[in-house]
Amino acid sequence: MGNIPDLRVSLGRIHLRNPVLVASGTFGYGEEYKDFVDPGELGGIITKAVTLKPRKGNPPPRLAETPAGLLNSIGLENPGVEMFLKEKLPHLKRLKTKIIVNIAGEKKTEYLYLAEKLGKRGGIDALEVNISCPNVEKRGLIFGTSADLAFSLVKGLKQATDLPLIVKLTPNVTDITEIAQAAEEAGAEALSLINTISGMAIDVNTRRPKLGAITGGLSGPAIRPVAVRMVRQTFQKVNLPLIGIGGIMSAEDALEFILAGATAVAVGTANFVDPAVSLRIVEGLRQYLRKMRIDYFHHLIGDLRI
Amino acid sequence: MYQVKARVLSNEKVGEAHYRMKLEVSQIAKDARPGQFVHIRCSSDHDPLLRRPFSIHKCAQGRIDILYQVVGGGTRILSKKRRGDQLDLLGPLGKGFEVEPAFSKIFIVSGGIGVAPLYMVAQEITRLGQGKEVTALLGAKNKELILGKDDWESLGLRVMIATEDGSEGYQGLVSALFERLILSQTSLSLAVYSCGPVPMLRKIAELSSHGGFFCQVSLEQRMGCGLGACLGCVIRGTSGYLRVCKEGPVFDAQEILWDDPDLEIR
Ligand SMILES: Cc1cc2nc3c(=O)[nH]c(=O)nc-3n(C[C@H](O)[C@H](O)[C@H](O)COP(=O)(O)OP(=O)(O)OC[C@H]3O[C@@H](n4cnc5c(N)ncnc54)[C@H](O)[C@@H]3O)c2cc1C
Ligand SMILES: Cc1cc2nc3c(=O)[nH]c(=O)nc-3n(C[C@H](O)[C@H](O)[C@H](O)COP(=O)(O)O)c2cc1C
Ligand code: FES
Repeated sequence: MGNIPDLRVSLGRIHLRNPVLVASGTFGYGEEYKDFVDPGELGGIITKAVTLKPRKGNPPPRLAETPAGLLNSIGLENPGVEMFLKEKLPHLKRLKTKIIVNIAGEKKTEYLYLAEKLGKRGGIDALEVNISCPNVEKRGLIFGTSADLAFSLVKGLKQATDLPLIVKLTPNVTDITEIAQAAEEAGAEALSLINTISGMAIDVNTRRPKLGAITGGLSGPAIRPVAVRMVRQTFQKVNLPLIGIGGIMSAEDALEFILAGATAVAVGTANFVDPAVSLRIVEGLRQYLRKMRIDYFHHLIGDLRI
Repeated sequence: MYQVKARVLSNEKVGEAHYRMKLEVSQIAKDARPGQFVHIRCSSDHDPLLRRPFSIHKCAQGRIDILYQVVGGGTRILSKKRRGDQLDLLGPLGKGFEVEPAFSKIFIVSGGIGVAPLYMVAQEITRLGQGKEVTALLGAKNKELILGKDDWESLGLRVMIATEDGSEGYQGLVSALFERLILSQTSLSLAVYSCGPVPMLRKIAELSSHGGFFCQVSLEQRMGCGLGACLGCVIRGTSGYLRVCKEGPVFDAQEILWDDPDLEIR
């Protein structure tokens, strides 16, 4: 290639043409945006969560807008891994971009079984492990809020598959770096952060919660400063490549994460506001490099001046 | 589906909080089907953050009209737009109404701002030919809120008005007027197209189901992507959750679980 500026980055064994991915749950399984985005221009696609069995998801309403933010309680609705393999993967495989499949479960064995099944199929470049889920065997304790649970899960997954494992961290913890370190020790290839921040909104006229599930996850520009801070803290504590996520609407927002230490970024809620925003961010990054006379994007990673 | 920068051609106040906006959108206008919607970015900063969905009210020669009511921040911003302003639009989106040539007797039943998606169905029906008995029932709180009555009359169909305060036409709910008109009719060639508040649609659906009529309704839900990706806009259907932006916004009345209290937008 040798194109300058060079936007290529690597997340361990996963080599991306550029550092812009689309975040899980905001881009479906790649088909929905085909009129707006050529996936071949993206670093990669992170799919909506896939679980072992089909999941119906939460009762409506599932969305509520808050200042510069979005609360959602989709509840991991998805058709289950069998349908995913049959109906979604064949299409994903044809896209000329990296395919990262987000997996979720309620028991460790569910994750392991999923990873094994997905690992046997070609066409998947990595798994993103959503550990923001309650573990039904541990009285609903969220995998990602316990270093022990997270360690044991990632360790198990490592044995179940050869696919690179990207562990997606939840921000709903006291110290995200503890969980990050546990994932690193267990053999994660990269980390992505952050998932949504737990939140709630109430309609005072009806006195009812705005979401059918009562609480939900906050995303969008409102959470960006929290996410940037967490990326910076994690960058200082672990040696893994990081995918920065949280409220990225523009190339400038993406660059905040890169300077804080992320190797790549994933764009979530912004896809709802502008379906082609991911491509605009790629272009914006290219322009920034030109303007700053930087030849290699990866030189910017963690290059924060204090 | 297109993403376009549409030029506002006009934005006229047509009721107490109601506006009609004309937009120049050649591609969307070319593809639009009755019942489909556009997803509009009301603000280029983050307030509001998400787009807002609006039915395509009319569509002709590279232009579409939307008819909307100001209910909150997004619609308030829209109401301030002037000729020459630009708006970012996605569309046409969703699944629209189905009009079968075999239907010989047709009712169009609208409540309040629910009139918006129905006008194009009426146009389509009149285009499909003669020999049909078409009745449009337009309901609203009072006669000032009966929007675009002249337009409807110019289509050459029977127009009947229902107002809750009796200021014009039948006094009462438009669903009650509908009930009177179809009293004891059962017919498989009778079709009903409706949009309006959920309690009204519930009634129309129930009456249609008893009569064995073909009945389609346009429903609403809060939306994220508008493209079927986020699964944020679901309502309860008889076969599970249905995405309003993809399987809808127009549904066969029998696909919907009408007793779900959450069909009403919170
Ligand atoms: C497919 C579809 C087509 C629509 N077509 C039209 C139309 O032609 N004309 C029109 O005036 N309105 C239409 N609506 C409703 C319109 O989208 C909402 O009124 C609008 O999103 C409100 O935005 P806001 O920022 O002004 O209000 P907000 O501040 O977001 O909300 C104010 C109040 O409006 C109601 N509301 C919010 N979002 C929606 C929604 N998506 N659907 C229904 N009610 C909502 C709620 O009761 C809320 O409390 C349609 C909705 C859908 C889903
Ligand atoms: C509607 C919606 C659905 C989501 N679904 C998932 C999911 O299935 N798995 C997951 O790991 N994260 C999911 N997320 C979280 C996003 O991937 C992302 O981490 C979060 O939204 C923060 O980024 P943003 O502010 O750019 O949206 C979802 C977010 C939204 C808004
Ligand atoms: S709005 Fe995203 S699926 Fe309907």
